[in-house]
Amino acid sequence: MRERHEKGTWYLVLSGLLLCGCHGLRAADPSEQSFADIERGRYLTAVADCAACHTDPNDKRAFAGGRPIETPFGLVAAANITPDPETGIGNWTDQQFDAAVRLGRRPDGARLYPAMPYLYYTKMTAHDVSAIRSYLRTLEPVHHEVHTNRLSFPFNIRAGMHVWDALYFTPGVFKPDPAKSAQWNRGAYLVEGPGHCAACHTPKGMLGGDQNNKRFAGYSIQQWFAPNITNDPVAGLGKWSSQDTVEYLKSGHNRWAGAAGPMAEEVTHSSSQMTQADLLAIATYLETQPGQTPSVKPLAPGDPTMTAGAAIYTDLCAACHRKDGTGSAFLIPNLAASGAVASRETTSILRVIIQGAQTAATRDEPTGPAMPAYGWQLTDAQIAAVTTYIRNSWGHAAAATKPDDVRSARNSLQASRD
Amino acid sequence: MTNKLPSRDVVIVGLGWTGAIVANELTDAGLNVVAIERGPWRAAATDYAPNYAQDELRYRIRHELFLRPDQTTFTFRNKASQTALPIRSWGAFMPPNGVGGGGVHWNGETWRFLPSDFVLRTHLTQRYGARFLPSDMTIQDWGVTYEELEPHYDRFEYLCGISGTAGNLQGKIQPGGNPFEGPRSRPYPNPAQQQPFSHTLFAKAAAGLGYKPFPQPSGNMSQAYRNPLGVRMGPCTYCGFCEWFGCANYSKASPQTTILPVLVRKPNFQARDNCEVTRINTDSTGKRATGVTFVDTSGTEWEQPADLVIVCAYTIFNVQLLLLSGIGTPYDFNTGRGVIGRNFTHQTISDVTSFFDKSKFVFNPFISSGAIGMCIDEFNGDNFDHAPHGFVGGGYMGQVQTNGRPIETTPVPPGTPRWGSAWKRAVRDNYQSALKPGTGVHGSMYSYKDVFLDLDPTYKDRLGRPLVRITMDFHDNELKQNHFLTDKFAEIFQAMGAQQVVREYRKGPYDITKYQTTHLCGGAIMGTDPGTSALNRYLQSWDVPNLFVMGASAFPQNAGYNPTGTVAALAYWSAQAIRTQYLKNPGPLLHA
Amino acid sequence: MSGIRRRDVIAGSALLLVGSKLAQAEVIAGHLPWHPDAGAPPRPVEPGGWRFFTAAEVETMEALADRIIPPDPQTFGGKDAGCVLFVDRQLAGPYGHREGLYVSGPFQPGTQQQGPQSPQTPAQLYRTGLTALDQYCHSGKLPQRAGFAQLAAAQQDAVLGGLENGSVHFDAVDAQTFFEQVLKDLQQGFFADPLYGGNRDMCGWKMIGFPGARYDYTDWVSRHNERYPYPPVSIAGRPEWNR
Repeated sequence: MRERHEKGTWYLVLSGLLLCGCHGLRAADPSEQSFADIERGRYLTAVADCAACHTDPNDKRAFAGGRPIETPFGLVAAANITPDPETGIGNWTDQQFDAAVRLGRRPDGARLYPAMPYLYYTKMTAHDVSAIRSYLRTLEPVHHEVHTNRLSFPFNIRAGMHVWDALYFTPGVFKPDPAKSAQWNRGAYLVEGPGHCAACHTPKGMLGGDQNNKRFAGYSIQQWFAPNITNDPVAGLGKWSSQDTVEYLKSGHNRWAGAAGPMAEEVTHSSSQMTQADLLAIATYLETQPGQTPSVKPLAPGDPTMTAGAAIYTDLCAACHRKDGTGSAFLIPNLAASGAVASRETTSILRVIIQGAQTAATRDEPTGPAMPAYGWQLTDAQIAAVTTYIRNSWGHAAAATKPDDVRSARNSLQASRD
Repeated sequence: MTNKLPSRDVVIVGLGWTGAIVANELTDAGLNVVAIERGPWRAAATDYAPNYAQDELRYRIRHELFLRPDQTTFTFRNKASQTALPIRSWGAFMPPNGVGGGGVHWNGETWRFLPSDFVLRTHLTQRYGARFLPSDMTIQDWGVTYEELEPHYDRFEYLCGISGTAGNLQGKIQPGGNPFEGPRSRPYPNPAQQQPFSHTLFAKAAAGLGYKPFPQPSGNMSQAYRNPLGVRMGPCTYCGFCEWFGCANYSKASPQTTILPVLVRKPNFQARDNCEVTRINTDSTGKRATGVTFVDTSGTEWEQPADLVIVCAYTIFNVQLLLLSGIGTPYDFNTGRGVIGRNFTHQTISDVTSFFDKSKFVFNPFISSGAIGMCIDEFNGDNFDHAPHGFVGGGYMGQVQTNGRPIETTPVPPGTPRWGSAWKRAVRDNYQSALKPGTGVHGSMYSYKDVFLDLDPTYKDRLGRPLVRITMDFHDNELKQNHFLTDKFAEIFQAMGAQQVVREYRKGPYDITKYQTTHLCGGAIMGTDPGTSALNRYLQSWDVPNLFVMGASAFPQNAGYNPTGTVAALAYWSAQAIRTQYLKNPGPLLHA
Repeated sequence: MSGIRRRDVIAGSALLLVGSKLAQAEVIAGHLPWHPDAGAPPRPVEPGGWRFFTAAEVETMEALADRIIPPDPQTFGGKDAGCVLFVDRQLAGPYGHREGLYVSGPFQPGTQQQGPQSPQTPAQLYRTGLTALDQYCHSGKLPQRAGFAQLAAAQQDAVLGGLENGSVHFDAVDAQTFFEQVLKDLQQGFFADPLYGGNRDMCGWKMIGFPGARYDYTDWVSRHNERYPYPPVSIAGRPEWNR
């Protein structure tokens, strides 16, 4: 009996070694890694959405890196985090892994660029990061050399991160607020830590650090504008119930909106895998994030730009989005109630109008409706007019969009394709 | 040289309605399925967006969403004594091509056949005697009953969100619905669409004449809908660019808007587009299909082995594949023996154009949808006593006008010159106050000995394969039926207050240039006797048990309704037999 | 007025099939196909110049257009509506050489029910037909020896009537077939979307009250017997889209 057990353990270790392809510094002792631990790690890897950066969609090899990440200062590429000992992290110790994730340091002491969201992951517990490590260890090792630093001078000098970290990085685990519920705290942990929502949704200053007085008020990234997700009823998600938020994160759709672009990816890889309880916790936390309705007066309906925009809207948009802007729940976004429409930057709106967009298709909401492209059909002035109309109707108010804004958007989109 | 692909459990030929239905059912059963589609991927997002879909010239006149005849076509003759010539440009029907098949650009008219339609020969013989039927009429019973298909009709209607008013709920006749329909187990999933002015007026006039008008069952959504698979559609906006066009705002039922979003996510499903299946392969016994051969766009030939072959192409292409693959005995018109190609049918369509006082009537004909309309069914099937009339069959009729698109729909009174100032004036003066339902009288076409499909001896497609030859003409029975129905139809427009009513009877000979719906049926029919049918009642080939052939090619004759509802119900019925019986015990499901 | 951007546009008609060349075969699995700027928008006609007709043919065609669709005080005639431009661009494109149709032989005449069987393309028909028409008009069979375009309107109408009813014959081509082709193409050009060159300013649509490329009548289905009041719109837009 005992002998069989030892043999079984030996086979496990052997297969574990083979699985990891490790032959030097080795993987954790499998008898210390329970299935539950690995499964928890799989879940947290999804929550932290490691795949979004570390799996190249064109390459498909899970977590093998290589995907270019846009930063305000140029491109970096995500590292290979499979257990490959030469090109991946197979040789890293658990402490080294933890330092990378929660302190932004590589084993050689160099600093990571904050494209790796260690600013947020620092809030994660060591226990959670360790579970992620356990999970990553079980992956197929992929031999894939990745050149991560693709920034131009002077940003390619990693030592410069020293100063940046001093300004913007406060390491430390999340501290629960004893005055709040367990659910709120769980939500806060998820949002501020592994979820790293602020990475996209909080505006950044000139040097790329979070503007903490405008938390979750929206930010332009990868030629999309990650919208305001505060509780403001006009600028943010104030009209959404908890259920709306949960549905959106779970399926990519709710009665108000559909996720497109990077958020569609997030839903597909990350939040659609999360439990109802965790999604509800996130909703609970976000509902307490204050925002501010911008004090802008809407343009008068008789304004010539509004009149032209109204004509275009009636002829081209109303068949899906309806005359009153309410769309069709779970299928066609509600523009009238949309914080995204009210965004302080028109990056997303112009992008979607010019080249179309496909929304997320998930198990719960498989339809995946797409917005068509209008860039071939409308002039800059016409797109500016209909954008202005939408942003000044049904309770919205915003400065007029200019034809030059549209021209810039077209150029940026073209450049990113070339 | 053929490249062999890894074997699959199931290969499906054609990814239209039946291909999508069967693929979804069999992937749910755990099988791995590959669908091979001759045409391109199609969807609103990639092919018919709401800012250019409404282009009459491109889609209605130049036929852009349809099969191109130079990819393949058919030859046609009225009689076997004639030489068949190629259909160089489509006219009488519009074969589909591409993912979604006809489901992309159909109207959405979703009917059930009558219970008596499925046992037609028995029923008509019992009621009128065998001598009442023309001697060369080859109608048959289907081998399946309405009752057996009812749950499958229901399934398709709920898949599609059909907008309608039930007429017979579990035997109880309901006001506002079709009192002649077979009993249905539950109401339609969506209420009927709103009806525009002329359609409403037609219903009023029909009711005044003692008929029971009801809204046409419509695959255009009357409201937003989430189907049982979780796929969502939006409300139809009555754009008037429905049939012949793709729906740009997710409000017409199609494989794309009901099944494909779920199907493509499945790891055990894969589709290849722009690949044309050229042959069903069988083993040396000829009794087992081993898979299919197909050609891709570079001309490379591939072999897709599979344990189960399901042919889901359009009617005539199903028949062509069987003929070219040597499966089943080809129908020989001279001897009357053989089954592949026999009992080929179309539809008997006519119209009534009417002109109203333009100072009193404004119809806005452009406000419409593909399956809108108010209909009466008093003259369909055997819903009325045929004994005094000397014909059998019938059809529904209705003000089902779908459009006011000006290239197609600018009616002028008879005698108006076709050009010049008088023409221009008449077009202007009548556009808003004339009605042209289109397929206003939608009559059946029963099957005959001399209406059939076979392979043409002369003309070939681009791959060098013989084209299918259509031999088709109208028979007196259908022309009589149509004359009678058209007169009844005209009376209703008269009762609406038209100043002038023009009957446009269907006249022979059958004309390949005049559009009459794309409801071609038969050629690989189902039945109870392998001597007179190609398939058993589960749509399984009598000759090759691991081959099933879906579609209207299975209809032994056509009824007075659009076929898609019945095509889909049969696909669900057959898929159920495959799942619950065939997979457990592969082989013939019936022994003749 | 039109914002349709030429350089970004993919040709609309016969998009996927050029002759017997097909679009690239692809495997569909996992997700619904999509990419930015997905779609197959139409290519609008660029006015200016003739791509098919010679100057002489243009003259004849414009005269034909104004007899088929005469001008009146409310609505353009065929010429001013751009119908000849429409036909010119159609003949210069896939329609003119019957792209996508079955053009394999053998060609043999059939019954009326079997449809057209001629090997002749629309482009060829126009070329020979327009020449034949002018030859006929110069031939001495008419009181005046002049090209079709130079005849008086009543005389032009008489010629057209003769083509229509078969009493006028051409040698090189069937006169009735030619007439039917011209009639169909000009009238289609009068009602097709203006982006194709005809129906200028949506004159044909305005004449009848057709609202054009609209897609939403939800609020109007149940407004029975009420004239729809809004102006037509083309795929290329309408003046109200601009400030």
